[in-house]
Amino acid sequence: MSPPPNGLKEEGDRSGRRPSSKQAPKAEGPAGRRGAQPGQKEWRRGSPRPRSPRRKPTEFRSRREELRRQERSLAARTGEARRKRDGRASLKKQRANSKKDKEVLGKEETWKQLKKPRSSSLASNTSGGESLSEEELAQILEQVEEKKKLIATMRNKPWPMAKKLTELREAQAFVEKYEGALGKGKGKRLYAYRMLMAKKWVKFKRDFDNFKTQCIPWEMKIKDIESHFGSSVASYFIFLRWMYGVNLVLFGLIFGLVIIPEILMGVPYGSIPRKTVPRAEEEKAMDFSVLWDFEGYIKYSALFYGYYNNQRTIGWLRYRLPMAYFMVGVSVFGYSLMIVIRSMASNTQGSTSEGESDNFTFSFKMFTSWDYLIGNSETADNKYASITTSFKESIVDEQESNKEENIHLTRFLRVLANFLIICCLCGSGYLIYFVVKRSQEFSKMQNVSWYERNEVRRIVMSLLGMFCPPLFETIAALENYHPRIGLKWQLGRIFALFLGNLYTFLLALMDDVHLKLSKEATIKNITHWTLFNYYNSSGWNESVPRPPLHPADVPRGSCWETAVGIEFMRLTVSDMLVTYITILLGDFVRACFVRFMNYCWCWDLEAGFPSYAEFDISGNVLGLIFNQGMIWMGSFYAPGLVGINVLRLLTSMYFQCWAVMSSNVPHERVFKASRSNNFYMGLLLLVLFLSLLPVAYTIMSLPPSFDCGPFSGKNRMYDVLHETIENDFPTFLGKIFAFLANPGLIIPAILLMFLAIYYLNSVSKSLSRANAQLRKKIQALREVEKSHKSVKNRAADRDSEDTSKSSSKTATPLQITHAEPTSHSASQSQALEKKARDTGASSPASGTLLPASQHLPGSQPPEVTPDSGKPQSQTHPWKSASRKSTQRPPH
Amino acid sequence: MGSKQTVFTQEQLEAYQDCTFFTRKEIMRLFYRYQDLAPQLVPLDYTSCPAVKVPYELIGSMPELKDNPFRQRIAQVFSEDGDGHMTLDNFLDMFSVMSEMAPRDLKAYYAFKIYDFNDDDYICAWDLEQTVTRLTRGELSAEEVGLVCEKVLDEADGDHDGRLSLEDFQNMILRAPDFLSTFHIRI
Repeated sequence: MSPPPNGLKEEGDRSGRRPSSKQAPKAEGPAGRRGAQPGQKEWRRGSPRPRSPRRKPTEFRSRREELRRQERSLAARTGEARRKRDGRASLKKQRANSKKDKEVLGKEETWKQLKKPRSSSLASNTSGGESLSEEELAQILEQVEEKKKLIATMRNKPWPMAKKLTELREAQAFVEKYEGALGKGKGKRLYAYRMLMAKKWVKFKRDFDNFKTQCIPWEMKIKDIESHFGSSVASYFIFLRWMYGVNLVLFGLIFGLVIIPEILMGVPYGSIPRKTVPRAEEEKAMDFSVLWDFEGYIKYSALFYGYYNNQRTIGWLRYRLPMAYFMVGVSVFGYSLMIVIRSMASNTQGSTSEGESDNFTFSFKMFTSWDYLIGNSETADNKYASITTSFKESIVDEQESNKEENIHLTRFLRVLANFLIICCLCGSGYLIYFVVKRSQEFSKMQNVSWYERNEVRRIVMSLLGMFCPPLFETIAALENYHPRIGLKWQLGRIFALFLGNLYTFLLALMDDVHLKLSKEATIKNITHWTLFNYYNSSGWNESVPRPPLHPADVPRGSCWETAVGIEFMRLTVSDMLVTYITILLGDFVRACFVRFMNYCWCWDLEAGFPSYAEFDISGNVLGLIFNQGMIWMGSFYAPGLVGINVLRLLTSMYFQCWAVMSSNVPHERVFKASRSNNFYMGLLLLVLFLSLLPVAYTIMSLPPSFDCGPFSGKNRMYDVLHETIENDFPTFLGKIFAFLANPGLIIPAILLMFLAIYYLNSVSKSLSRANAQLRKKIQALREVEKSHKSVKNRAADRDSEDTSKSSSKTATPLQITHAEPTSHSASQSQALEKKARDTGASSPASGTLLPASQHLPGSQPPEVTPDSGKPQSQTHPWKSASRKSTQRPPH
Repeated sequence: MGSKQTVFTQEQLEAYQDCTFFTRKEIMRLFYRYQDLAPQLVPLDYTSCPAVKVPYELIGSMPELKDNPFRQRIAQVFSEDGDGHMTLDNFLDMFSVMSEMAPRDLKAYYAFKIYDFNDDDYICAWDLEQTVTRLTRGELSAEEVGLVCEKVLDEADGDHDGRLSLEDFQNMILRAPDFLSTFHIRI
């Protein structure tokens, strides 16, 4: 029972310390702190103790017999040596004790936490008797767990590497020793196996983590950018990467559940009219200019809505494609909503502590504004400049916080600016609307020039997007906002511009759709009559059934869904091209020009007018968000759109990375666009919602085309749901669904949801209020504590000075020499963590208690000895003896 | 791979992985970076733990550090004798603390040491002035610097003793939203 664990424990104690020549005093570390004098007194009585385990026979007995004998003799020897030393004058003893104290306090301060539980366990262990092997085992297990925890958290310790390495080695040796020894008892195999598995598991986890970090795409690229441009530019790329991930999931959803089944199992191309290029377009269907407009063969491919057939099930799998098409369209929005809201929520959870940031404006600027990632002198220059300006700004803010400016003028200017900007927005909206209208007229004419065909999408919208933001910026200068707020306004306005453009475009498109829908009835009649005439016309041998009309010859409707899909496809592609060309011309060519013409130019091009382009984070992020909005809107009518978008994001990742690294200089305005910035996520959510609206409208209230798409022949697109429920589910399920869809149930459900939202909202409000109050309370408490402490500190300092003075008068000079080094070393050695608290707690203690104990040198030890001294003394012989002897047998 | 095995023993690598926030690969990379700083000084065999120090001039010229206004302080804090000359262990220590994975407490402790220019375990007004001057390259006037230091002490000094203790500093830095993202060096 006890002996092996005992030895082990001492191993632990030993390994808990750094090896040094002063082992003897150190071995008494815990005891020395708790009351070394009594421990040493007891030593003499306790030295024969090692015999005691032998009285109780154990299963280890025979094995350990010899070892124990050696230990005993060693213990006896060391004990004798100790006795000799202790037998000297009591003053010397005191000095030795205080020395030990010093060492313990000075060198082992950081071990305090770790040792405390151990020393207490030692005490309880020995006082509880040595027969309780189970308990001891448990305690040792605890210690080993501690060691393991230490090993696991070694990297978190603020020690120099040499110390960490030594500690680590000792802790590992201890753990290994313990494991081996325990294995000798029960279930050795199993235990060893478990340990092995644990080790393997740790290794596996480490490898897996390594692997995981390697698997994050573009990590190194982004880090590279981060180190050159600071974290704000990198945050755009992180956003881009996040977007790419989302799009990849959407692509997988659409591609796997809609496009692949249709291609594999659907009716092949050319078999039915909707899958065939009409006769009139056939000659030009393969021309590049036609394909480039997504007409011709591309229009009649699986990339677009019109290609899909309305067969209820396809292939031998009996895959319900129309149903899948509908559900995927819904789940694209569902997944996007979920992921955006989830990341927003997780961001707000992380940023709860930001409420207090305004208390520490200057401190944060001072200590956290330098970005240690910067490894580029240009970036560093910019950072210096921006830190300087931000300091100046804060100083100005601080000085002018109580100064009132001419508030009426500011207000007037702000109203004026907003008025101007609203005018701009309306103007650009009208321009787009007008141009869309005109293009519809052009589309009816035959011979139109390239300019007229493309003026909406490619030219006007890009021009507006190019020129309005700088205009807004100029107008915003009137408003005199704080730059950060100003930036948000600016973003909001560009957002509104883009959104206005997009929505006007959508409205025009919707007009077009309605036009097509109104024509649909007549076309339907024409188709019907054509087929009827074809089959019933005279002049054909009645006996032979006529071959069916070639699908290319069947007259067909305009299929507004495909038209909408094509429109979005074109918009996306042209947007991509415009972006790339802008980057190429605006950044790369400009950078080349500035770089190489600088040698032969009148003024300094790099520092002067053209200079290098900055990376426009806000513009890029907004572009990304809008692009995503178009994807969301268009993906229902053009399933291939997401695939195009994935390609676009992929190329723009590489292209923009290259462009940034080769031809940009960092943005002067420090701006974070990461996911932690909920402003961007909010914009994304808004765009998602706004793009949900038109899609939902078309699904719910427009009849699908009669001759194309998976929902043709139905009254509304969502009828596919009814159909599936009625035909494929058991009747009772259909009844349940019908019951659920009853307005009498839905309205109360919505009401209930509103109530729940209201309730949760009020709960969260009250909680946050309580939170704020608690925080305030804590702060107040801390202030009070601090002021108390500082007062106490001063008082304690005075006290200790007084007492040391007085003790110098009364006591012997020897004691003073102890007192001072002790308190000194105590306070100096605590330079590590918890410095302030320790000085607060211990300096009054060392200032008041120590002198007091020195006034009564004789009275204190006897008081403490009876309870705390005795148990500890029992462990000493073991500790000192086993140090050498326990190591020997295993070797 | 063959050459990598001879630089460190497996045990050394394991120990370094336990003591730093780095993976085996990163440790090797850091070692080669270290070795590159002074190829004639640093041996390619560390199995016997040679006591080699790379002088501060070379450490401070690393691209990761050369633009950092606090590079000298960083090197001093992590070097053994406070002179900025670093052994490999110090070097690993430095980048481990500055790595992304290091916890806030550890970073805060070392940040405190870095900003404590005179090593008196308190950030006093003089230290703050040094910090501001380095951050702005001396572009603020003396009055402005004084004002900034005063404001910082006003905000963060909890016990009103006119200087920041480690506890004050930790209190403050705990709330800083950007501390973790800015106080790290990628290598």
